[in-house]
Amino acid sequence: MPLYLTDDQAMLRDTARSFMAGEGAIASQYRKFRDMNCKDGFGHALWRHFGEMGFTGILVDEADGGLGLGHVEAGIVLEEIGRNLTPSPFLITAVTVVEALRGTPLRERWLPGILAGETVGALAVDEGARHRPEAIAMQAERSGNGFALSGRKQFVVQGASADFFVVAAQAAEGLTLFAVEKGANGLDVEGVRLADASIGARLEFERVEVDADAVIGEVGQGEAILSRVLNAGRAGAASEMVGVASGAMDMTVDYLRQRKQFGKLIGEFQTLQHRAAHLYAELEIARAAALKAQQLLDEGGSEAEAMVSVANAKAGRVSTLAVQEGVQMHGGIGMTDEHDIGLYMKRDRVLNALFGDAYYHADRLARLKGY
Amino acid sequence: MTDLETFRTETRAWLETNCPAEMRAPVRGESDMCWGGRNPAFQSEAQKLWMERMAERGWTVPDWPRDYGGGGLSAAETKILRQEMARIGARNPLMSFGISMLGPALLKYGSEEQKKRFLPEIARGEIRWCQGYSEPNAGSDLASLQTKCEDKGDHWLVNGQKVWTSYADKADWIFCLVRTDSQAPKHQGISFLLFDMASPGVSTRPILLISGYSPFCETFFDDVKVPKDQLVGEVNKGWDVAKYLLGHEREMISGMGLGGNGESLGAALAERLSDDPLLRAEVARFDVDAMAFRAMSERFIDQLKAGQAHPAQPSMMKYAGTELNKARHELVMAAGGADALEWESERSKGGKAAREWLRTKANSIEGGTSEIQLGIIAKHILRLPGT
Ligand SMILES: Cc1cc2nc3c(=O)[nH]c(=O)nc-3n(C[C@H](O)[C@H](O)[C@H](O)COP(=O)(O)OP(=O)(O)OC[C@H]3O[C@@H](n4cnc5c(N)ncnc54)[C@H](O)[C@@H]3O)c2cc1C
Repeated sequence: MPLYLTDDQAMLRDTARSFMAGEGAIASQYRKFRDMNCKDGFGHALWRHFGEMGFTGILVDEADGGLGLGHVEAGIVLEEIGRNLTPSPFLITAVTVVEALRGTPLRERWLPGILAGETVGALAVDEGARHRPEAIAMQAERSGNGFALSGRKQFVVQGASADFFVVAAQAAEGLTLFAVEKGANGLDVEGVRLADASIGARLEFERVEVDADAVIGEVGQGEAILSRVLNAGRAGAASEMVGVASGAMDMTVDYLRQRKQFGKLIGEFQTLQHRAAHLYAELEIARAAALKAQQLLDEGGSEAEAMVSVANAKAGRVSTLAVQEGVQMHGGIGMTDEHDIGLYMKRDRVLNALFGDAYYHADRLARLKGY
Repeated sequence: MTDLETFRTETRAWLETNCPAEMRAPVRGESDMCWGGRNPAFQSEAQKLWMERMAERGWTVPDWPRDYGGGGLSAAETKILRQEMARIGARNPLMSFGISMLGPALLKYGSEEQKKRFLPEIARGEIRWCQGYSEPNAGSDLASLQTKCEDKGDHWLVNGQKVWTSYADKADWIFCLVRTDSQAPKHQGISFLLFDMASPGVSTRPILLISGYSPFCETFFDDVKVPKDQLVGEVNKGWDVAKYLLGHEREMISGMGLGGNGESLGAALAERLSDDPLLRAEVARFDVDAMAFRAMSERFIDQLKAGQAHPAQPSMMKYAGTELNKARHELVMAAGGADALEWESERSKGGKAAREWLRTKANSIEGGTSEIQLGIIAKHILRLPGT
């Protein structure tokens, strides 16, 4: 597989690019829902539109009514989402939750709504402030014909608007994933606004009873599914961060071409030129890493695990560099709420924390490589 | 099986049989490479055998046309050959400025006669080339070069001085930038000339590097006569050839960023990292960068072969690759501690670590400095205003 987009993929990119720049633009989505203090943090009309465009079905098998495409294609859409800061449940619902449901009977229950852009699913994995899926403590006790779940989760993105949750918990047999409907008895959902205006919920489970058929896959076999889900999310987040970085860089380079000081365009100053050029090189490297990780995931390549961590860590660092240079090179205007560059900075911070930050993934790579 | 799968199977089998065991290990520095030439200095019988076997198939230059000594492989086949070589750790059979720099320029700008005359020799490793670009007053500002070349009717007459000419004292021929018009604007009076280093009037003087080696020279031309048919492209249009060649030089140098054989640096240094969490963290961060860069490299080559690469992309690769390679050797030195500082002992293989570390500092200078590459990216890719 050559490491560039095929003609079909380039077509998808062009479609996604004009869609996000139009329907998903910052003013009409990000700012609008932030300024109205929307409890969901995104617009449901746009999510339905994602469904009409077929984006929601990218990772859904054709037999289930989806497009049956891969992580590369999901990444293409995510890069455009990132570039326009488009708030949507795409990454969590259409990528990670769909990955969790793949091949399970539960997909009949949830996929039609997801495909239509009606249903939102959320991922309830992390329990502390930092991404530590190795340390899941939530308990799943046998109870009746099913289980009772007790414990807490946080950083459940779109949790406040979710119709159901993919929950990771410890059963006697080992880690197990459950699909838990909103409104379940004993489940308390508290939405909290994050720095980027998205909503990350805290969940409290107090002996929440679920039937045996709420189990995703087999009891005690959750680790393999969770790993698939997280790899999908990590690679996807890498692409979204590449998009955030690209959007921020384009905005900055444009500014360098317009802003005059000392009687010349600031883009003529070599210090700024060299920093912009360095950023460009880093961004191209991150983009290649994300594409490579997604190709390996799609092919089932043995290096996929490591490459996903490389992609996430690299994209995370580059995205942070891009937004920091972006705000700095904009000078005072970059610090104003009125200007969009600061929004990129906020989004970068949240995305960086979402599936493990650059520290987590560098450490993970080191462990995978045996040091 | 598809044609490509068949090709892979056959290539794998051929390499298994023909690549000597000794050649399935990374080269240990520049002196361990096979450079070919009129008086080739092979380090071992295996090295000679490996070069000859590969040259016989045209696989020293797999994607050049067969007529010019190449393997005639497609981009996809070439990639498979490289992957299969990497799989068994097979080293490059021939290191050559002829292959990585002059060849591509001749393929594009050379006359049919020049291609037939020079390319097969390059492919077989029979002629060793050096690059006569830099002069004492023309480094980054290469186009201000002054080496004078006069048209004497039946020959060219060359006078002047070059500097930093890598392996000038070991090379058989030189590809050289000369000034054929001193009145024209500086980029428009330059020509691209090839000549034999054994020509009367050519002399070289080695320069010692901080690594303790002297792989490059000052090169002097004193009334050197050059046959008329050894000028490549048009008179006074040599800058186009020079720039095209520089793109390939940058590509070659950027490959250094890939270091070693693909093993992670952390895995190689594992033993020395266990009691130093900060160093381990730095190495892990380096491995992220290196693996991401490797993906970029693969993507760059794929794009190049498909005609999708931006002409200034080699600058980006060169910049990123060489800065990465320098970082790698800083970490190797840090992890090595006192062992890595030994300069002459047998245990340190003659100070290999320290000397290589010092050598890598040239990566961001040779072939155009990092600052120059950043300037090219800013101007030609980001289209920032010039001064
Ligand atoms: C190991 C090695 C091998 C080499 N091999 C060869 C060879 O085989 N053939 C050959 O012809 N040459 C060779 N070179 C020469 C090499 O190409 C030059 O050294 C290089 O182009 C830099 O030129 P300079 O040394 O004159 O430095 P200068 O051009 O004097 O640069 C000095 C400093 O100023 C900076 N600078 C210069 N101009 C600018 C600018 N516009 N903006 C910002 N910063 C600037 C540079 O980046 C550098 O940091 C080799 C060099 C080395 C180190």
